[in-house]
Amino acid sequence: MQDWSKDPELRVQHLTMRFGGLTAIGDLSFDAGRKQITALIGPNGAGKTTVFNCITGFYKPTEGMINLRHADGTEFMLERMDDYIITQKAKVARTFQNIRLFSGMTLLENLMVAQHNMLMKASSYTIGGIFGSGKFKRAENEALERCKYWLNKVNLMDRADDPAGDLPYGAQRRLEIARAMCTGPRLLCLDEPAAGLNPRESDELNKLLLSIRDDHNMAILLIEHDMSVVMGISDHIVVLDYGRKIADGTPAQIKVDPAVIRAYLGVEEDEDPGENIVVAAAPAKVAKVSVPRVVVQKRVAKKPVVKKGGRK
Amino acid sequence: MSGPVKDTSVSSEQGAISWFDLVKDLIGTAILTMLILTPIVTFKTTMNQGVLFIEDRWVQSLLLTAAVVIGRLLLHLFVWHKPPSTAAAKPVVAKAPLSESLAKYVAPAMLAIAIVLPFVLHQVPSWDKRGIDFMITILIYIMLGWGLNIVVGLAGLLDLGYVAFYAVGAYAYALLSTIYLPLWFGPGVVPWAFYIILPISGLLAATWGVILGFPVLRLRGDYLAIVTLAFGEMIRLVLINWFSFTNGPQGINVPKPTFFGLPFKDEPGGFAAFFGIPHDRIYSYIFLYYVILVLALITYFATNRLRRLPIGRAWEALREDEVACRSLGINTTTTKLTAFAIGAMFGGFAGCFFAARQGFVSPESFVYIESAMILAIVVLGGLGSQIGIVFSAIVIMGAFELFREFGAMGHAVQDGLMYVLPDAVVSGIGSLFTGTFGALYGLLPDAMRNSLAGATTGMDPIQFRMLAVGLAMVLMMRFRPRGLVTRRQPTVFLKERKSVSSDLVAEGHG
Repeated sequence: MQDWSKDPELRVQHLTMRFGGLTAIGDLSFDAGRKQITALIGPNGAGKTTVFNCITGFYKPTEGMINLRHADGTEFMLERMDDYIITQKAKVARTFQNIRLFSGMTLLENLMVAQHNMLMKASSYTIGGIFGSGKFKRAENEALERCKYWLNKVNLMDRADDPAGDLPYGAQRRLEIARAMCTGPRLLCLDEPAAGLNPRESDELNKLLLSIRDDHNMAILLIEHDMSVVMGISDHIVVLDYGRKIADGTPAQIKVDPAVIRAYLGVEEDEDPGENIVVAAAPAKVAKVSVPRVVVQKRVAKKPVVKKGGRK
Repeated sequence: MSGPVKDTSVSSEQGAISWFDLVKDLIGTAILTMLILTPIVTFKTTMNQGVLFIEDRWVQSLLLTAAVVIGRLLLHLFVWHKPPSTAAAKPVVAKAPLSESLAKYVAPAMLAIAIVLPFVLHQVPSWDKRGIDFMITILIYIMLGWGLNIVVGLAGLLDLGYVAFYAVGAYAYALLSTIYLPLWFGPGVVPWAFYIILPISGLLAATWGVILGFPVLRLRGDYLAIVTLAFGEMIRLVLINWFSFTNGPQGINVPKPTFFGLPFKDEPGGFAAFFGIPHDRIYSYIFLYYVILVLALITYFATNRLRRLPIGRAWEALREDEVACRSLGINTTTTKLTAFAIGAMFGGFAGCFFAARQGFVSPESFVYIESAMILAIVVLGGLGSQIGIVFSAIVIMGAFELFREFGAMGHAVQDGLMYVLPDAVVSGIGSLFTGTFGALYGLLPDAMRNSLAGATTGMDPIQFRMLAVGLAMVLMMRFRPRGLVTRRQPTVFLKERKSVSSDLVAEGHG
């Protein structure tokens, strides 16, 4: 038994999601370990974001169970909960593939909105807040301190009063992570946090994620195409293709897994000798995946030589 | 004459034009204008007893030329370039937009004006009651605008049926003050009815806000707008047709509010008698003015306070991105419902005041166009901006009243001027106006003058007010599509409060 299955933060069992006749996820089971970074990878359209949407309640799964167990033993059945309840009660926070910041609000306001539920309670559901109760003021100061902490952590302190829409792309990604952390989560789900980042920025992102895992004892679930991020920081990788799990293991195991290589590079069915040579070279190419900065992003782009595709 | 014109277009890119070029350009303009005018204005043929004469009209064509030259000069000075001397002397300084640097002083200044206004108007004899009444109308619309601003401007939910809550408030006052309060507590309660019913009408309207809110929670944008529109019409149709309850289209006469129990009447227990001053209807107007001023200010400060509380921030976040809100654990259902309820509550207060001030309510006051007017005020003011709403309410309602009382307004202005300026100056200004317009009118060709006279006979300016408001809206949307005040003030800051450009602020998706 792998160490992430001993006491998992998140246990996904037999998860299936169908949209009409299309099975986006088929019978997917995996565990995400406590205080571990679990990466969910796979070619485009493999169903990774659908898994995220099921975990965070934006989709109701057709079948299967999603269990969340906190370190103190409280358990949640996420497949039965509404999206906002999952964040509020089960303490799961997420970011989005296409960044969803409140662009007309300042950075500070973005982080304050993330602490809505805590502040709402402290303001006695607005009534105490209107009259400026001491309890609300204390809670507000506390919330501001938390904002400052996370702004410092993501290096955006000097832009705290600027509108979020003015930030460059990389900073918006970092702010979205900071905003998710301000909800006080136990499990953080990041949907392609390194997309569109330059090498230096994705190095910083690695450091940030490791610090979130180690200093805040968080479980992180990560969708990523940037292999330098995936291989550099994950403790555990789950590989999806066409909605099914094709591999599950440590980065070292995944790198040499034949099914993964096949999914990313395709298999050869053609008899053309010229193309056979390309396929023979394929494992060597995959070995290079561990080298930083090799981004395996597009199935199409990676296998133009294969005529019939790897499957079917 | 293309030479000078070309010159200016080149130099305009450099931002300045020399005086020499300017004069050259103007002389060219004058010559060109004269050439064009010569055949069509200067010489005129007249038929006299079968003989054709040529009549020359040099004065008219010179006047027209002067107008063209002056117009071009103004364009040079204010549109195409600044005058060379000032352009050279002024260093380019990156300044905050004027609206922003002024914003600090605008609100207190307007409040001060609002407080002293009745006393100023009191001094203009022919327009005191009418003027204060007009200000009351504007304040009602400002208050309604601020209430709707919570729903549309902050939470980004398009509500076309806001007048329904206004109607709920008005009918709450009408029905409770005439039937139910006297029935339950005896007739002695009637003088106090306004003060008792004011909070109740707000609560009732808020309840209706929630009732409207529930079915439309899942709707966005156009769909939400249609349902709210239908809701507004439903309330009005119920008021018309439920004859036994609301007295239908005949409406209800309601008691006027009292000064804490003292009626504004010329009688022993009245306001004037109590304070030992001569009776004058103006006191009632001044009292109503301050009541609505206080109500509007409550709306203003409550909204400002709510914006800085988690609920207000959640409204704005909802306008920015609903999905992100849910991902942060915000219950968007209750957030939307509170926005509807609190917006409706202020509409209910305003409705209660409206009924009390009119002394009469009927479904006619709550037609769809009222909703559209309030929404126009909010949109023109700049979504989410409270000061902008004040300006747009003054502009829109002011324009409405202006058309309604064209004649009276002119007399009032004259009266007002008489009060400050010596008589001779006022009559001088008057004759200047009539003189100018008369001269311009005289310049028009006969046919045009006749048709103009035909068209304006029996013309009622009131019929043009929707046209004028519509035109104003079109122009606004062309030149300032985000409204008068387009910058959003953040609700919390660490070092300095920097306003956010409207380019970044979302309009909401319903």
